[in-house]
Amino acid sequence: MSKMLSVKDLAVSFQTRRGEVDAVRGISFEVAKGEILGIVGESGSGKSVTSYALMRILDAGGVIKAGEATYSGIDLRRAAEHDMRDIRGREISMIFQNPRAALNPICKVGHQIEDVLRHHARATRYDARAKAIAALEAVKINDAEARYDAYPFELSGGMCQRIVCAIALACDPRLLIADEPTTGLDITTQKAVMDLVRDLIRERGMSSILITHDLGLAAQYCDRILVMKDGVIVEQGDPVQIFSDPQHPYSRKLVDATPRAGETVRSLLPPQERGEELTPTVSDQPILEVRDLTKTYAGKSGPVHAVKGISFMINQGQCVGLVGESGCGKSTTSEILVRLMDATSGQIIFDGHDIARVPARSFAKDSRRADIQMVFQDATDSLNPRHTARQTISEPLRRLARMRGAKLAVRIEELAVLVGLPLPLLDRFPHQLSGGQKARVGIARAIALDPKFLILDEPTAALDVSIQAVVLNLLVDLRAKLGLSYLFVSHDFHVVRLLCDHVIVMKDGEIVEQGAAEQVMSNPQSDYTNALLAAAPKPPQRRNIS
Amino acid sequence: MTEVSQEPAPKTRGNFDHILYVLRANPVTLIAFGMFALLIFSAVFGPSLVPYDPLATNAANALQPPSTTHWFGTDNVGRDVFSRVIVATRLDLSISVAAVALSFVVGSILGCIAGYWGGWPDIILNRFLDTIMAFPLFVLAMGIVAALGNTIENIIYATAIINMPFYARLVRAEVNIRRDAGFARAAKLAGNSDIRVLAMHIFPNALPPMMVQVSLNLGWAILNAAGLSFIGLGVSPPTAEWGIMVAEGANFIVSGEWWLAVFPGLWLMIAVFTFNLLGDGLRDIVDPRKRT
Repeated sequence: MSKMLSVKDLAVSFQTRRGEVDAVRGISFEVAKGEILGIVGESGSGKSVTSYALMRILDAGGVIKAGEATYSGIDLRRAAEHDMRDIRGREISMIFQNPRAALNPICKVGHQIEDVLRHHARATRYDARAKAIAALEAVKINDAEARYDAYPFELSGGMCQRIVCAIALACDPRLLIADEPTTGLDITTQKAVMDLVRDLIRERGMSSILITHDLGLAAQYCDRILVMKDGVIVEQGDPVQIFSDPQHPYSRKLVDATPRAGETVRSLLPPQERGEELTPTVSDQPILEVRDLTKTYAGKSGPVHAVKGISFMINQGQCVGLVGESGCGKSTTSEILVRLMDATSGQIIFDGHDIARVPARSFAKDSRRADIQMVFQDATDSLNPRHTARQTISEPLRRLARMRGAKLAVRIEELAVLVGLPLPLLDRFPHQLSGGQKARVGIARAIALDPKFLILDEPTAALDVSIQAVVLNLLVDLRAKLGLSYLFVSHDFHVVRLLCDHVIVMKDGEIVEQGAAEQVMSNPQSDYTNALLAAAPKPPQRRNIS
Repeated sequence: MTEVSQEPAPKTRGNFDHILYVLRANPVTLIAFGMFALLIFSAVFGPSLVPYDPLATNAANALQPPSTTHWFGTDNVGRDVFSRVIVATRLDLSISVAAVALSFVVGSILGCIAGYWGGWPDIILNRFLDTIMAFPLFVLAMGIVAALGNTIENIIYATAIINMPFYARLVRAEVNIRRDAGFARAAKLAGNSDIRVLAMHIFPNALPPMMVQVSLNLGWAILNAAGLSFIGLGVSPPTAEWGIMVAEGANFIVSGEWWLAVFPGLWLMIAVFTFNLLGDGLRDIVDPRKRT
């Protein structure tokens, strides 16, 4: 196979207030014609910066310091800016992470495709519309004629990503760079988009670079994988080989941390960090019982039924998983349970009393406020940017337990130790903490008052897999140590299975299936559960489980 | 299970260290703060340090050009212009600071209510603000002072009223985008009532952009007060005030006595300039994300 792109000793650095930071430190790789190359790494590994450097769209302060990047004879490092403009879109094009941010919100999607076509002289004023519609049809958008006039906000996330693909592919580029193309999309949408992109690449004989943090996804769609860490390539090879026999300790850690069938939550951690497994005690006394819960909003076009009469039970010490895709009502349900929102009807029996009767507005003053707490989805968003970690953790203790002075300081340090947050970090602001550390602060705050029931709203969705592994283990340990009951809200079956005894699957505001976790996963009764399970990326099995 | 941090944890800086850091990082801010300190100094100590009584007339010494005895010259009744310019700092600064503080407080409260609860208070407030903003603001201020009477308090009220919509709008938008933020919801779970969440968690996060608005507004308020005095509404002569001094001095420019109008005008310009430069620095100081 002939080489299409060859990168040699590429180094990129950024000029910052604290001096020069090396983002990429001398990496070399090649992309052959027709090959799909996966670049896998966690945040800060330099994988996105590499792709920006190839397209020469580095942020201000970023420069290519050394190395060569050659795309079929063109020197990408030294090409003039106007030559690069021709190359971008026509020769090399890119799909960005957040489809909504990548589309112009005030432009019709059809016009945005026309723009690219006309810029590269692929269409004239007269046939642009027809070509744009053809491009929409190519990415399998139903009723392309009508969608031509849609604005991005009128389309779902998956639909927007298809539009972005259509724009990227409109001029028949020969190399497609996809930077985390499915982050933030539902798991079934992720499969649909990835299948589509792969089919289009194969059909048109293009090459592609898929940048992702998800080793499972890369393994499924790529011919070859590069594993990056701190700006260098630590390992490369074909997916099966990397999965079954990772050579570098870091790729081994990544492989370990990727949740998949047949693993336990402890085996996500590197062997030397696996602690003793603690067994949680589950009683058959219910701590929370939900009866016929409904929530109806007044929408613009009639009432919206977000939750349509669901009932379930959580026993003391149990961990129940609530699984579903965006819009299924799982977030609404958790908001109602944690008493931030009022239900339209239905009962929430907590400890023998119906807490749905206490309006959400006055629940802050209720004696049971401390018993029901929540760990929020986005650790960054859920920490007040003006408060240090110490202030954040102290908030519930000061407000609800009226703790002050030395007692408060002792308790905060106790909690920090419990969640594994180094004590010096307590006086840092959220922006000075890493994602995993922020997650720990959020968990410390939630368990500060020894709650009986904790709602975990995708607590690891924004985290790297290795950090996710650590946080999941922390949650498992805390549950056993403190006798907590969890409601674990997630879209990812693999993660739910690791933590939960019982699973509830929701779709369109209704429970489609519930039962013991292993049973639901091995023998799903509903088509929807089946579809969810089928859509999850299936990393190759390891041959030798160490 | 512990993540080993790459570097030793940097010592968390105190507020004072942080202010020093911001000043060092940006020389323009340093200059602005220096000029601001000078203004404050002349407002506080000016009246007791100036060489002449700002109100003492001396007909024999009228309309003297700047010299070593009278740095900024003397005016048509022989008063020392330098003393008057310095003494006027206190009055002009007081008017603008009081007016801005008033509009900051009222605007913040109204904006918080509208942004947090939405609904009809939001609609009513917005229409009310639109009504205020529909008037030419200076003309509105003139009307208020003319109707209420020619006193310093009324200048303050008028300036506060015309500035208030900008604060209310800004706070409303800043509060609105944070109303459902994770940290606001987490604060409710920690037992905070709506009002506490709003006042202690959401509003402080609106401070950085507010600081820029405050400092730009201070300059604007000085200009506004001087403008009102210039056209004869507000502070009445013989009180030393930059606006009046420019107005009185303007009559003598044609006859060549430029120093009567130029020096108070220059001081007015310096004050406005200082506050405009101050904005960025103030924002950096109140923004925790600038701390490293």
